[in-house]
Amino acid sequence: MNNPTIRNWLGFSTLALMLASLFMVFDYVPPDAEMGIAQLIFYYHVPLAWVAFASFGLVAIAGIFYLWLGDQLWDDLGYAAAETGMVFCTLMIIAGSIWAKPIWGTWWTWDSRLTMTFILWLMYGGYLMLRASADDTPQVARFGAVIGIVAAMDVPIVIVSVRLWRTIHPAVLVTKQGTHGLEDPRMVWTLLVSLTAFTLLWAWFLMLRFTQLRTRSRMSKLAGRIALATVAASDPK
Amino acid sequence: MGAHFGYLFAAYSIIFVAIFLYVMFIWRRQAALDAELRTLEARMAALTERPAAGAPPRPDA
Repeated sequence: MNNPTIRNWLGFSTLALMLASLFMVFDYVPPDAEMGIAQLIFYYHVPLAWVAFASFGLVAIAGIFYLWLGDQLWDDLGYAAAETGMVFCTLMIIAGSIWAKPIWGTWWTWDSRLTMTFILWLMYGGYLMLRASADDTPQVARFGAVIGIVAAMDVPIVIVSVRLWRTIHPAVLVTKQGTHGLEDPRMVWTLLVSLTAFTLLWAWFLMLRFTQLRTRSRMSKLAGRIALATVAASDPK
Repeated sequence: MGAHFGYLFAAYSIIFVAIFLYVMFIWRRQAALDAELRTLEARMAALTERPAAGAPPRPDA
């Protein structure tokens, strides 16, 4: 993951696809007949949800491997995934809230999917607060891994919440009848391009932050060794 | 374009501003890491140049 060529390629591909998705949203895809222009927020809201959930799934996988193997690499990966997931989850909630105002007439409602998403956001917020406020010790990493695994259990609940409970949140990708709600092929293409753009953006952010956290972990070890060597060198015996 | 264009514009603007700010955050973290690395290199260089305590003086000293 520490290859500058791949990182640069990812960065440029992401930029190109983000611009393409912007063009498709504002100039190519027709707005929904019922919701009007506000429905176009959907083309970023869904990809944001996808990358947020993928991040939190990765936090759980990294947490399991950290608890199993105890390798710092998995802790760094989990931390990087939690941070990027939190960025995308926050943006997903904000975009959804802006969509809800003209469609539902309110910025927020305690609907089952929204509430479960908010709980997910709070749990990963707690994870990041723990990591930011405590030293990078193995004990903190273990706590973080457990929180990450437990919090990720909320992701499938968020996904199936529109089918489990009465909710006003639309089920567009897979409707309650089992079909998808995108009647125009241009809608499908725009969503696919946006999904690809955000997946690449997520991979790019993840790669950058993971590389930084790996470097920081190695530098912490090196600083410890230098401190020991300094003490040994200044000790007359 | 429509009655709700303000909402659409706000949503996309916030997303792109947030992405830009996160890129800036990553860039600043990288700058801080580079500075920390330089400090470590300087400490390491000082350690390797300094003779160990109790060691005989170097002939060129």
